Amino acid sequence: MSELLITQHDRVLLLTLNRPQARNALNNALLLQLAEALEAAAQDADIGACVITGDERFFAAGADLNEMADNDLVATLNDTRPQLWARIDACKKPLIAAVNGYALGAGCELALLCDIVMAGDNARFGLPEITLGIMPGAGGTQRLIRSVGKSLASKMVLSGESIDAQRALQAGLVSDICPPALTVEYAVKLATTVAGRSPLALQAAKQALRQSQEVSLHAGLQLERQLFTLLAATDDRAEGIAAFREKRTPTFKGR
Amino acid sequence: MDAFILCAVEQGVMTLTLNRPDRLNSFNDVMHQQLAECLKQAERDDSVRCLLITGAGRGFCAGQDLNDRNVDPLGNAPDLGMSVENFYNPLVRRLAALPKPVIAAVNGVAAGAGATLALGCDMVIAARSVNFIMAFSKLGLIPDCGGTWFLPRVAGRARALGLALMGDKLSAEQALQWGMIWQVVDDEQLADTALTLARHLAAQPTYGLGLIKQAMLAAETNTLDEQLTLERDYQRLAGRSPDYREGVSAFLAKRPPQFSGKSS
Repeated sequence: MSELLITQHDRVLLLTLNRPQARNALNNALLLQLAEALEAAAQDADIGACVITGDERFFAAGADLNEMADNDLVATLNDTRPQLWARIDACKKPLIAAVNGYALGAGCELALLCDIVMAGDNARFGLPEITLGIMPGAGGTQRLIRSVGKSLASKMVLSGESIDAQRALQAGLVSDICPPALTVEYAVKLATTVAGRSPLALQAAKQALRQSQEVSLHAGLQLERQLFTLLAATDDRAEGIAAFREKRTPTFKGR
Repeated sequence: MDAFILCAVEQGVMTLTLNRPDRLNSFNDVMHQQLAECLKQAERDDSVRCLLITGAGRGFCAGQDLNDRNVDPLGNAPDLGMSVENFYNPLVRRLAALPKPVIAAVNGVAAGAGATLALGCDMVIAARSVNFIMAFSKLGLIPDCGGTWFLPRVAGRARALGLALMGDKLSAEQALQWGMIWQVVDDEQLADTALTLARHLAAQPTYGLGLIKQAMLAAETNTLDEQLTLERDYQRLAGRSPDYREGVSAFLAKRPPQFSGKSS
């Protein structure tokens, strides 16, 4: 059985982390498979959005400590892992994390990397790296603070303590909470809605959202307007507005 | 080691008997640890479909054993928060989260945490001679073991505050009149009545009963809107359970249903 299960539901690609014996720990092989699956999805016009999930008890409980333990400074300096993360992060299509159970360490970082996080009410998010004498190494200190603010992010990173789904919802880390048995179903449902929108508009909107974390408000607004202007040249924009005025469902072609 | 908790599983019912009769079954740390072990089994074992909690001897539970709390006037203040955090809070949380019905058969005096523990169970049956004693305030303490949360919910704010501030006894009859408990029966009928109820519940659609319990709990903090969403989700799950199919087909065929209690 593969460690990454890949299934397609209409225009939604569902990626299921499947290393139950290792609590879905994200080793390099699994990250590579994720990167490859997302890169393939990027080239596939039949896929509009992707959902990443684990099982009912573990989204992913961290990185694979066995892989990391023997890496000295030089080996860590030249680790390929950051490039794997960068490839996953480069995904241009909307990415939804459906989190049940534990999303810890790299698992939490993977969820943070996604555009939307939906959680089962049993979900827990945490960055326990500090308890191992290390620190988050794949965005944990950067993306968490941008979504939940300084105090909670610092508390989690410095103490290693995790938060539950309700707290994550309040803090803005999570968009929705539901019973764990429905998380994947509801994430796929949301992804189906998203995947029904114009592909180019999605790509532009995602790029603008990402840029808001990178540049000043002024530069962000300029970029937003440029992307907005670019969409004015697409067939899908004409179709979307025409369908709205004619009270019918638009048919987007990705052009 | 002394068995401070007697645990027996029969016909889907796990009966937990608080068993320090010479101390009116009051809690000490070892008793808490033994109770936690039994709860672990109740949580993991699908064949357990109802929990019945009662007391050995003439009491139900007299709360915290104050012999363990003998305060040295010259020493440092004890950290009661520690025992609440380590023992009482996990106990209340686990009983509330257990996706199976929990019945308290209150056979004798229920005082302090013993009283609030009973009120935290899903259904309470009390012997007619029983008193519930909110003794906390007389020691300068607050009702723990969920007391300040459960009391206003089962008795209403005015009665809850009166009870908690006065620290008085409340008879089983009065508790029933106030709607705080499910049933009062004559003392000699308590064991049979509680066991019959527990066995009945253990044969019901356990998964659905668990969802009812979780929904009621969530309702304490949800808005109507949030609760309606939750009802949709839980009904969606319940509708996929084999017990729902069995219930409907048994009803239509006018035969008694055979529920498995499982989710799928």
